[in-house]
Amino acid sequence: MKSGKFWAWVIFIVGAAYFFIPLMATVEFSLRMRRGVHSFDAYQIVLGDARFQSTFLYSVIAAIFTIILGILIVVPAAYWIRLRLPQLRPIVEFITLLPLVIPAIVIVFGYIRMYGSNSPLPFLGSNMGANALLVIGYATLSLPYMYRAVDTGLRTIDVRTLTEAAQILGAGWSTIVGRVILPNVLIAVLSGAFLTFAIVIGEFTMASLLNRPAFGPYLQNIGANRAYEPAALAIIAFAITWGCMSLIQILSRFAPKSANRPN
Amino acid sequence: MTDLTLSNQSLAAKPAPPNEATAFRLPTQWIGVAPFFIFVLMFLILPTIYLVVGAFQTGDGRFTLDNILQLVSDPSISASYWVSIKISFWSAIIGAFAGLAIAIAIVRGGLPSWTRSATLTFSGVASNFAGLPLAFAFLATLGRVGIVTTLLRDVLNINIYAMGFNFLTTSGLIAVYLFFQIPLMVVIIVPAIDGLKKEWGEAAATLGATQSQYWRMVVIPVIWPSFLGTVILLFANAFGAIATAYAFAGPALNIVPIKLYSQINGDVLHNPQLGYAIAFGMIVITGLANVFYIWFRTRSERWLK
Repeated sequence: MKSGKFWAWVIFIVGAAYFFIPLMATVEFSLRMRRGVHSFDAYQIVLGDARFQSTFLYSVIAAIFTIILGILIVVPAAYWIRLRLPQLRPIVEFITLLPLVIPAIVIVFGYIRMYGSNSPLPFLGSNMGANALLVIGYATLSLPYMYRAVDTGLRTIDVRTLTEAAQILGAGWSTIVGRVILPNVLIAVLSGAFLTFAIVIGEFTMASLLNRPAFGPYLQNIGANRAYEPAALAIIAFAITWGCMSLIQILSRFAPKSANRPN
Repeated sequence: MTDLTLSNQSLAAKPAPPNEATAFRLPTQWIGVAPFFIFVLMFLILPTIYLVVGAFQTGDGRFTLDNILQLVSDPSISASYWVSIKISFWSAIIGAFAGLAIAIAIVRGGLPSWTRSATLTFSGVASNFAGLPLAFAFLATLGRVGIVTTLLRDVLNINIYAMGFNFLTTSGLIAVYLFFQIPLMVVIIVPAIDGLKKEWGEAAATLGATQSQYWRMVVIPVIWPSFLGTVILLFANAFGAIATAYAFAGPALNIVPIKLYSQINGDVLHNPQLGYAIAFGMIVITGLANVFYIWFRTRSERWLK
């Protein structure tokens, strides 16, 4: 057992070194813009760049719309499957896993060919249409995370009783989903939302191929042309990802731990 | 899980009217899932099918196998597939074993409990820290003027670039991809290791099993399916990744997703249908992986109840 503990420490420390050396080196590199001294010049230049601000804002808005779209698609479906169509669960789980294995570049290639400006549904014929298609693509990418988060949330509440109680009180379906079910799984939905945000904010492939002024293509452009700014951007991106994951962890503390009934 | 599904099924079956009425009820039954199915049909299934069909057609819509055959006969395309498969395979295998080692160390290694929560938190972040920022971080570390590169050169007099190090080699990209592969493995496999019940170890010990027998006959058979399933997920994860590699070399690097990217952007292969075939090849490879993944996942869930 003693040697087991020794090796556990060795593995932990080697692992920590592999992950922390690049991060610390990146921090150090990002502070080196001014010769000879450490400074935040790279961060100042990046944050003051008008293109940084506009592309970042664009991606934040795209992420928010992605989350809204994801909720509108996933919550009713996951709820309905729990309530009425449990036999569909394996099919829906399979479908929601597909975006993990069909690469994003393949999905967006399909969009470009199917929804081009000469097609029956010319999403790419207009600027707004292309923006919508980007949000749709992001919602597709986030399906696996969104569905699993919502389904986990639904598992902890008694969907059937809540629905019947609401029905007895005279609620319609939209009221039940929007004002009874959604608030009860809000924490789960928010975890899915923050994960979606972390994935979408720096996404490159879809935004670039749909030619959108998003944060990902901006990152690529800076990476190809500058020396110190990319390191600063990497740290900023890491901080954003960390922030999203921390929020998920904090939220999970408020989530109900066990179901109201055994399952 | 089980009894919930059962109770739902029995309850769902109860109000079901006689057969003739089912036909009338069907549309209302489906209305809740309709938006979901319409969405995935329009924006996931049909675009994929569109590409698959296109892979078997000539420019004017006749059936052909030429596009598919060209994937093999064109040396630069088949090479790109080969490089992509190698990178994905090795980054998945190495990432899986390294992730498993870390997971076992923090769950079973007798380390203080903060190591577990710190590792899990960090893994959650790092598994989502991919794409361009990851490439920037590694360029700042091991690029030609990176911190570690210059440190090794100035302090230890080791010039890693003279020794043949390069991000654009297969091993260079594998090393970078491990930065998100290992954490992803940790995130997925820790719950599986947690699922090993303490009683099993005690039962094995009571029956006189040695530590190695316990591992060989209990732990490995239980973890194996979810481990293998995750390896496949890691493979697909690396196979479709484009942004990190693109940040290192732009379109120059010959891996499949970058080849497809260039083809979409500018028809560099001078045959629009060939793009469909490349996409089809990617779907086939990750699709096969998906079939295995689902299969192993259902098997492992049966164990971890």
